[in-house]
Amino acid sequence: MQGSDKIAALRRGRLQYVMRTIETNEAGLIARIVAGEKELFHELIRPYERMVYLTLFAIVKNETEAEDGAQEAVISAYRHLASFRGDAKFSTWLVTIAINEGRKRLRKAKTAAEESIEEKEEAHEGDYSPAPLMDWREIPLEALERKELREALRVAVTELPDIYRQVFTLRDLEELNVEETAQALGINPGAVKVRLHRARMMLQKRLVTYLKTTVPARRLFFGRAL
Amino acid sequence: MKLDCKHVWEHISEYIDGSVDAKLREDIERHLEHCEICSAILDSTRNILILTADDRTFELPVGYSERLHERLAKELENPEGDLKKK
Repeated sequence: MQGSDKIAALRRGRLQYVMRTIETNEAGLIARIVAGEKELFHELIRPYERMVYLTLFAIVKNETEAEDGAQEAVISAYRHLASFRGDAKFSTWLVTIAINEGRKRLRKAKTAAEESIEEKEEAHEGDYSPAPLMDWREIPLEALERKELREALRVAVTELPDIYRQVFTLRDLEELNVEETAQALGINPGAVKVRLHRARMMLQKRLVTYLKTTVPARRLFFGRAL
Repeated sequence: MKLDCKHVWEHISEYIDGSVDAKLREDIERHLEHCEICSAILDSTRNILILTADDRTFELPVGYSERLHERLAKELENPEGDLKKK
């Protein structure tokens, strides 16, 4: 095992430990809220505020609508907390509520056809190979600190076709695993993997092109000279 | 087995996630040792994921959390806002 893999394995182990602790605490919190300590719901929801908003945004693609939807989703989770069984993780249950809220809003606003959510991969036949450019390798640290690159990534993610943006958001922003993502979106794990791969390749292609035009020439020359 | 670049690209996402089997992983790593193009693709894709996980990339609207908890507080105060029974 390489050094970086060992570190990754250690981190995974630590993350799993932290997650187990959170889940235990959560189960206790949920029981107390359901028993009447309503105020504790603030505490329960706090670690997931970001996840709820990003999930809504991945579906409705509008900040105001995403925020309103996030509030509704959280209220709905509170009202239905007694029906949470604990056989799924609370985060997965919550993200499913957020997805349903987002879909409901899409239907209401008619800003996008319902079919777009149900689209099949076959509808997106095309080239999902990455961009074979080498300019990236030598500039990652500087590049990752640049605001323009973050903005480019935001735009690129927002412009991904719906089915890819939703999977990418759940997997790579919210760090749900394949099973949880599949469960939340109501698709099979194979489809999650295919969509995630395509989303990542589309983003790689978009951003490599962006970097190519914005990386200072001196760095590129230096990079190539190596 | 000797892999060509296209084969590596097809599995790059699963390779990053650590979900390829040991044999394929080994084949991919052997390919990466001598292929700068695929190494660059791997690095760039990883960098995108690092950037994605950076909270500064996907920021929440200013005041989002405060507004959410205000709304929630109103709901909790509301006597009608009791939890629905199973």
